[in-house]
Amino acid sequence: MKDVSFGQFYPVNSFVHRLDPRLKIVFLIAYIVAIFLATNFYELAACALVLLLIVFFARIPIGKVLRAVRGVTFLVLFTTALNLLFYKGDTVYWEWGIFCVSFEGIIFSVFLALRLVLLVVCSSMLTYTTTPVSLTDGVESLLTPLKWIRIPVHALALVMSIALRMIPVLMDETSRIKNAQMARGADFESGNIIKRVKATIPILVPLLLSALRRADELGDAMDARCYTGGDHRTKYKKLRFTWRDLVAFLLGAALIAGVVLMRIYLPASY
Amino acid sequence: MKAIEFADVSFRYEEEGPFAVRHLNFSVEEGEFVAVLGHNGSGKSTLARLANGLLTPDEGQIRVLGTLLGDKNLYDVRRNVGVVFQNPDNQTVATIVEDDVAFGAENVGLAREEIGRRIDFALKAVGMEEYRTSTVARLSGGQKQRVAIAGVLALKPKIIILDESTAMLDPRGRREIVDVVTRLNQEEGITVLLITHFLEEALLADRAVVMNRGELVMEGTPRAVFARKEELLTYNLALPRIGVICERLRAGGMNVADTLDAEVLAKEIAQCVS
Amino acid sequence: MRIVAEHLFYTYNPKSPFETAALRDVSLTIEEGEFFGIIGHTGSGKSTFVQHLNGLIRLPSSLKRSRPNRKKDSSVKTVLKVGDFDLADKKTDFRALRKSVGMVFQYPEYQLFAETVREDVAFGLKNFSSEKLSEEQIDAAVRAAVEVVGLDYDEMKDKSPFELSGGQKRRVAIAGVIVTRPEVLVLDEPAAGLDPLGKQEIMQLLHKLHREWCRTVIIVSHDMDEISENCTRAAVFSEGTVRYVLPPRELFCHAQELTAMGLDVPLTAKLVSLLHERGIDIECDFTAADFCEKVLAYAAAHPKKERDEGGEA
Repeated sequence: MKDVSFGQFYPVNSFVHRLDPRLKIVFLIAYIVAIFLATNFYELAACALVLLLIVFFARIPIGKVLRAVRGVTFLVLFTTALNLLFYKGDTVYWEWGIFCVSFEGIIFSVFLALRLVLLVVCSSMLTYTTTPVSLTDGVESLLTPLKWIRIPVHALALVMSIALRMIPVLMDETSRIKNAQMARGADFESGNIIKRVKATIPILVPLLLSALRRADELGDAMDARCYTGGDHRTKYKKLRFTWRDLVAFLLGAALIAGVVLMRIYLPASY
Repeated sequence: MKAIEFADVSFRYEEEGPFAVRHLNFSVEEGEFVAVLGHNGSGKSTLARLANGLLTPDEGQIRVLGTLLGDKNLYDVRRNVGVVFQNPDNQTVATIVEDDVAFGAENVGLAREEIGRRIDFALKAVGMEEYRTSTVARLSGGQKQRVAIAGVLALKPKIIILDESTAMLDPRGRREIVDVVTRLNQEEGITVLLITHFLEEALLADRAVVMNRGELVMEGTPRAVFARKEELLTYNLALPRIGVICERLRAGGMNVADTLDAEVLAKEIAQCVS
Repeated sequence: MRIVAEHLFYTYNPKSPFETAALRDVSLTIEEGEFFGIIGHTGSGKSTFVQHLNGLIRLPSSLKRSRPNRKKDSSVKTVLKVGDFDLADKKTDFRALRKSVGMVFQYPEYQLFAETVREDVAFGLKNFSSEKLSEEQIDAAVRAAVEVVGLDYDEMKDKSPFELSGGQKRRVAIAGVIVTRPEVLVLDEPAAGLDPLGKQEIMQLLHKLHREWCRTVIIVSHDMDEISENCTRAAVFSEGTVRYVLPPRELFCHAQELTAMGLDVPLTAKLVSLLHERGIDIECDFTAADFCEKVLAYAAAHPKKERDEGGEA
């Protein structure tokens, strides 16, 4: 069995790991807003600095962080290329039909690429430092107001929790089925796109059937343990806000304030 | 009081289909340890699902601790009848052991402190207290099933049904589970219904019943049931290896009694030679 | 095909907190024609080892990388050969290898996917053949495979594999692997989850396949009775290394060591040692048949006089 726990949780005991998951989720959202508000390199640099600090305090190795970026390399390159070729700037270096490369275009595409990288790194920091359970607890707690408009927040959180719980099982199963079909000569790596899609059927059909069977059995097991939905249900683990969370909250607030202030007081140039 | 009582119960999964359970009369005393034996498709798993209301009988009545099973009292009944299923991977809801054990207790709305106490109690009862904060996915099959038992125990049921919970385990995992339920029966006084196709697991039960095609065909102490070998074979139940060895020795003219215990057999053999 | 493995190392998730050494210096030779058993706990490395045999797990491109913290030692060279296939060689034809080494995974019935039994069994056949097979060729090969596993081809061929019983599904899945007539057949826990009768039937089927179909059969199991009853030799895996490679008759003389590794010993071995404690020494190959024969022979040689010495009775 390949022993990888999902959610890429990286088990070390750090300041960031111990933070309230709700705070981390809110911070992530605030951070994303901040990088989208940022319009120049100073502001982006400030954001990057904050992120570096987080990585440092979370004690996540740089290699891990870079691995998260590697997953989106294609996306970053693709959007950069598009921006580079289609941005209509004043200082044009090269032009051909609808394509045009300009100084402003280069700056803009680099800026967007950085933004994207920061976004990915920050999001993966959340999953690196938060266990799936506390993540779902955090989501459920944050979404509580939605209960007032009759959205089944508890059910959503439970679905998320079960999904996270089942992911290692299903990943294991996928690799087992894949291996089994490869042992029967299945080839998933060559041929054109239609052939490749067709080649996945021997994996997808058994996987789907197994997922359905598991869902059925899990439903019975939950019924047998008196599950009736979110009403009257209590929670064993309560999330608690501590001084650590307060410090992190202040830091987060300072970041947003910083970006806003920079927008007001610094010259708006690249 | 009877823990479980089936009175002339019939059930089929599809209308016009074959009956999975047919005119079944069967009861379990409180505190009793009963093994239900039968090969695949004999109806023994249907029995488990009927007993805690996952299925509703087409005919007949089921009483649990004296209460007639109906739609209204389903959840009270389920609190008292815990079921552990076959596949260790398909019963846990949470990623971490203690969160999963808490699930049932949270469902019935217990207070936080009480849930904590129940987790302590349940994990201790199955010998998994040191795994409290472990990831379920990393446990062995036998350990996962023990967590599943703990999850059921956290509801403090009076009855536990193990629906082929050992079928997917290795010999060691199977032994772990049988040990745990035997202890729960003896020390906590919990009524146990062990559904299995391994005869040797029934050895420790107070009573063994054999099902075939939805009917109860044999009943008695495990030893008395195992002694009727030819009959067991007609119900597609194979003797465990030790039974085969006893038989062969007897066929060779050695006078050994039937047993499922290696120690006893060694003693028997020793008595037959000089 | 002879299988030779020397100094195999394998690590899962290297350089991460989940790093686990699955194989540490495994050397093992399996001769052609054996009915070989591989025993060990979950996590002992046994599954990782067998997945090397048909290239599902490849040897690392740089053999040094798989051995962290090991001094450069040129005398330790990893070798892995299955017949003429050299698995350390990147240019090896892995498709041809997989055709020769059939592998049946745990609970193989969960890999069935096609609409009919015929189609499912034919899957591997079509994948492995270099030219397009005629319907007659496919029919003949599939019929042979389905019949050798003990099913009626005419009755089965157009059925959906999903409407079969558990035991039938497993047989169809095995047919889907042996249809290409592999020389080596590897099965991971072939009897897992079956009832005792089902277990017996599957083991009988494997012996039949060993006689008529595949030269070498390798089973991975943690059921010691299964090993003692069926295998010519068995390897005991523990913590990524091979502890013993012996015929069961010699292997189970190490009952104590096996118990210390957390493994069971077969019932016959347990009985032999219990009898030994009572002063009765039985030598047997640990199959139930031989054990009974030897016990009866012992009884004939030491007939009981009126209750006296002998047992502790």
